[in-house]
Amino acid sequence: MFSYYVKLAYLSCKRTWGMTLLMVCAIGLGIGASMTTITVNYLMSANPIPHKSEQLFFVQMDSWQPNNPYNDDGDAPEQLTYRDATYLWQAQKAKRQSIQSGMSAVIEPADKEVLPFMVQGRANSADFFPMFDVPFLYGSGWDHQADLKKERVIVINAELNERLFGGKDSTGQTVRMAGEDYKVTGVMDRWNPKPRFYDISTGAFNDVEEVFVPFSLITEQKFSRSGNTNCWKPTESGFQAFLDSECIWVQLWVELPTEQDKDAYFSFMNAYAKEQHQYGRFARTDNNKLRDVMQWLENQQVVSDDASMMMAMSLMFLLVCLLNTVGLLLAKFLGKASEIGVRQALGASRNDLFIQHLIESGCIGLAGGLLGLILALLGLEAIKVMYGDWIRDLAQLDLTLVAMAIGLAIVSALLAGLYPTWRACQVQPSVQLKSQ
Amino acid sequence: MLELLARLELGPIFRALMRNKIGALLIALQIALTLTIMVNAIFMMQERSQQMARASGLDETNTFYLSNTVFAQDYNLKTALQQDLQRIRQTPGVVDAIQLNAIPLSGGGWSMSLQTKAGDDIEGTGSAVYMVDEHGINALGLELIAGENFQSSDIGWREIGSTKWPAKTIITKALAEAMFEGDWKSALGKTVYIDNHQPMQITGIINTLQAPWNGWNGVERSMLVPQQLDGKGSRFFIRTEPGRRDELMPVIEKMLAESDRGRIIRNVTSMEQTRDESYQEHQATNTILLTVIIVLTLITGFGIVGLAMFSINRRTRQIGTRRALGASQWQVMRYFMLENLLISFAGVILGAAGAVGLNIWLVSTFSMSPLSPVLLVIGVVALLIVGQLAVSYPALVASKISPATATRGRA
Repeated sequence: MFSYYVKLAYLSCKRTWGMTLLMVCAIGLGIGASMTTITVNYLMSANPIPHKSEQLFFVQMDSWQPNNPYNDDGDAPEQLTYRDATYLWQAQKAKRQSIQSGMSAVIEPADKEVLPFMVQGRANSADFFPMFDVPFLYGSGWDHQADLKKERVIVINAELNERLFGGKDSTGQTVRMAGEDYKVTGVMDRWNPKPRFYDISTGAFNDVEEVFVPFSLITEQKFSRSGNTNCWKPTESGFQAFLDSECIWVQLWVELPTEQDKDAYFSFMNAYAKEQHQYGRFARTDNNKLRDVMQWLENQQVVSDDASMMMAMSLMFLLVCLLNTVGLLLAKFLGKASEIGVRQALGASRNDLFIQHLIESGCIGLAGGLLGLILALLGLEAIKVMYGDWIRDLAQLDLTLVAMAIGLAIVSALLAGLYPTWRACQVQPSVQLKSQ
Repeated sequence: MLELLARLELGPIFRALMRNKIGALLIALQIALTLTIMVNAIFMMQERSQQMARASGLDETNTFYLSNTVFAQDYNLKTALQQDLQRIRQTPGVVDAIQLNAIPLSGGGWSMSLQTKAGDDIEGTGSAVYMVDEHGINALGLELIAGENFQSSDIGWREIGSTKWPAKTIITKALAEAMFEGDWKSALGKTVYIDNHQPMQITGIINTLQAPWNGWNGVERSMLVPQQLDGKGSRFFIRTEPGRRDELMPVIEKMLAESDRGRIIRNVTSMEQTRDESYQEHQATNTILLTVIIVLTLITGFGIVGLAMFSINRRTRQIGTRRALGASQWQVMRYFMLENLLISFAGVILGAAGAVGLNIWLVSTFSMSPLSPVLLVIGVVALLIVGQLAVSYPALVASKISPATATRGRA
C-alpha cells in the first residue's frame, strides 16, 4: 500500500509541478536558513570539555575600586591582580589550580637559515595540562617544582614541533626563545576546544596557543605579556610596582571535584577577601564568584548577539515558508476534490485518504529537507568566507545536525500538511460525483 | 464616497473572501510575518551601515603600518627607532612616518580616563590614547582645527612600566565636547587631569580621530600625547603620496628587514584592510540580512501567485459567467487586484504590530535602538506593492477567460 501511495504522490506532484517546486523550494530555503544559524549557535554554545566542565571553576574576586563596580551590572571583574592570584595559587587549596596569562615572544630557530619568528603563547602553572586534559603527542607538561624554581621549560604544539624539529620527538631538546634556552618537556597533540573556554578574554573562538611556559617566569621580564590589563589606582613606575598594583590581568582556574570542595574553596576565597578588607582593600567582600565552565561561558555571553538574532530571524523565516506551504498544499488538495470523491465512492476510507495525503506532504517535506541540507552546506560555506577565519570550526555540520535538519524538514512538512489533509478528507463524495 | 466604494464592489469581494477564510488568512499571516522580519532586518542593516560610514579621521587610502619586534639582546632601541623613522621618511614617495602605540579601528589599544578636576573620586571621561611625535598629525592625516601641533622639544620617552604623562595633549573635538558641556572651543588651553592627579594642558584640538574599538560608544574620543614608547615591540605608521601605498609597502618592509637582523618586521597592513577586517562581521551580517529580505519577499510573492492561480482555476466558470453577464476584462482584473489589496491590508496592519513587537523584544534582549516609524511606513507600502505585482499576472490570466466558458461544462 505504501509504495502505491508514494506512486500516487509522485503522479500528483508531477501534475502540479510548478506548485510542488514552489513548496519544495520554500521548505528548502526555510530549512537551509534555519540550519545554518542553528549550527552556528549550537557550536558556539557547545560544552568544550563535557566530562569535567562541572568540576572546573573560574575564580573571580572583586578587588575593584570602592566607588564604581567593575561591571555595570555589579558583577566581579573577569581577572585578578597578580598579588591575589599568586596568593590563591600558592595556597594550593584546590585539587588543581592553573594561574595564567597570555604571552608572546620571538623564537630563533637553531637553523640560522630560517628567519626568527613570533609566537603567541600562554604563561601558566603546571596544573594547566592535567586540569584541562591536554593531549600530548610526546612527553608531558612540567611539574610543580619547575614552577617554583622558575625553570626554563616549554610545551610546544604539534605545528611548531613540525616547523622546528621536523615532527620528531623533541622532548629534552631546547628552543631558543626571547634570548634564552627552554627545554621542551612535551609536544601537544592537536587540541582546539571551541569555545576556547580557558581564556575567553582575548577571543572565545581563537586558536590554542603555540607555546606554553611557566607563569612564574613572568617576573623575569624576558618575554612580553599579552591580553587585557585594567587598572584603577595610580601606581608608581617600574615592573615591581606593577606586580604589586591593583591592576588586574591574571586568570585563575581551579579544579574542585565535589560540592564540598567547592564550598570549602569559596569560604577560603571569602575569608581572604575579608582579611584583605582589613588592610583597606576589597571594598565589596561578598562579591566573589566561583563559576563552572558552562556558567562562565553563559555569563560572558560567548554566543554572540548577532548569532542569536540571526537564529530568531531564520526561525521566523521558516515559519513564513511553512505558512506558504500550508496555503499551497491546501489549494492543491482541494483542487483534487473530485478525484478524492471518486476514490471515496470506490471504497477508500477516510483513514486511507488521510495516510495517502500525509505521505504526499511527507515526500514534499523530504525533498525540501534534502534541498535544505544542501542549502545549509552552501550557507555555512558562505559564512566561512564572509566572517573569516575564526568561525571555520563553528560552521561545520555533524551527524546530529544533519539528522536534525532532515527531521525538522519532515516534521515541518507534516505539520504543514496536517490541516490541508484534514480538509481534503472532509470532501463529500456525493457532491463531487453529482457535479461531474 | 460611498458610491465610489460601492462601484469598487468591495462588498461582494469581502463576502467571497469570507467563504475561503483560511486561504486569505494564510496569505495575510505570511504578509504580516514578512513585514515583521523585513522592517527589523532593514533597520539592523541601517544601524550597521551608519556605523561603517563614520570617518576614522585618517588618510585611510594612503596609509599603512607594520610591527617591529626586536629580539637581539644588546640593542639601542632609542637610536634604532630614530634611524628607522629617518630612513622611512627619506624614502621617495613617503609623506611622513611615526611610531604609534595603537592603530585606529584595529581593536587593540590604550585608554585612559580624563577628569576636569584632580582627585580620586571624580568621574572621568574615557579616551583612547595615541602616543605620537611632532609628525603625528601629518602622518595620520588629521585636521587640526584649533591650537597648535607639538614641537620636537615636547616629545619625551616613555620607559616600559612608566606611569608618568607629559604636560601637553591634543584632543578630538568629540572628547572636548564630552568634557566641556558641548563647547569644544572652550577646551583649548584648559588643564585636564589624567590618572586622577597628573595635569595636562590641552594645546590643540583635532576634528576627528577614532579610537581602536569600533563598538565602543566613545569611539570618537581620542587624545594625542607627545611621547615615544621605548620597548622591544613597536609599530610604525606610514603615509605615502596618493596612489603609491601598494608600491611602497614591500619596499619599506624589505628596507627595514635588511637594515638590521636583530628584529622582525611583520604584519605589514594597509589602513583599508584594517577597516575591512574591523567591520567584517558587520559587512557579513548585512549581506545575510539583505539575502533574507530578498528571498523572503520572493517566497511571499510566489506564494501569492500560486494561491491566486489556484483560486482563479477553481472559479473559471464563475468568471466566465460574470464576463457573459457584461463584466469587462478590466473589471475582472480589478476584482482580483482589490481582493489582494484587502488581504494585504489586513496583513500589513498585523505585520506593523508584529514589527514593533519584535523590535521591542530585540531592544530589550540585545543592545539595539528602537525602530523609526518612517521605515515601518516604507515597509508597509513596499509590501502592498509586492502584493499587487504578484497578483497582477494571475489577475491578467483571469481577465482573459472567455465569456463562452460559462456555457461549457466543467473541464
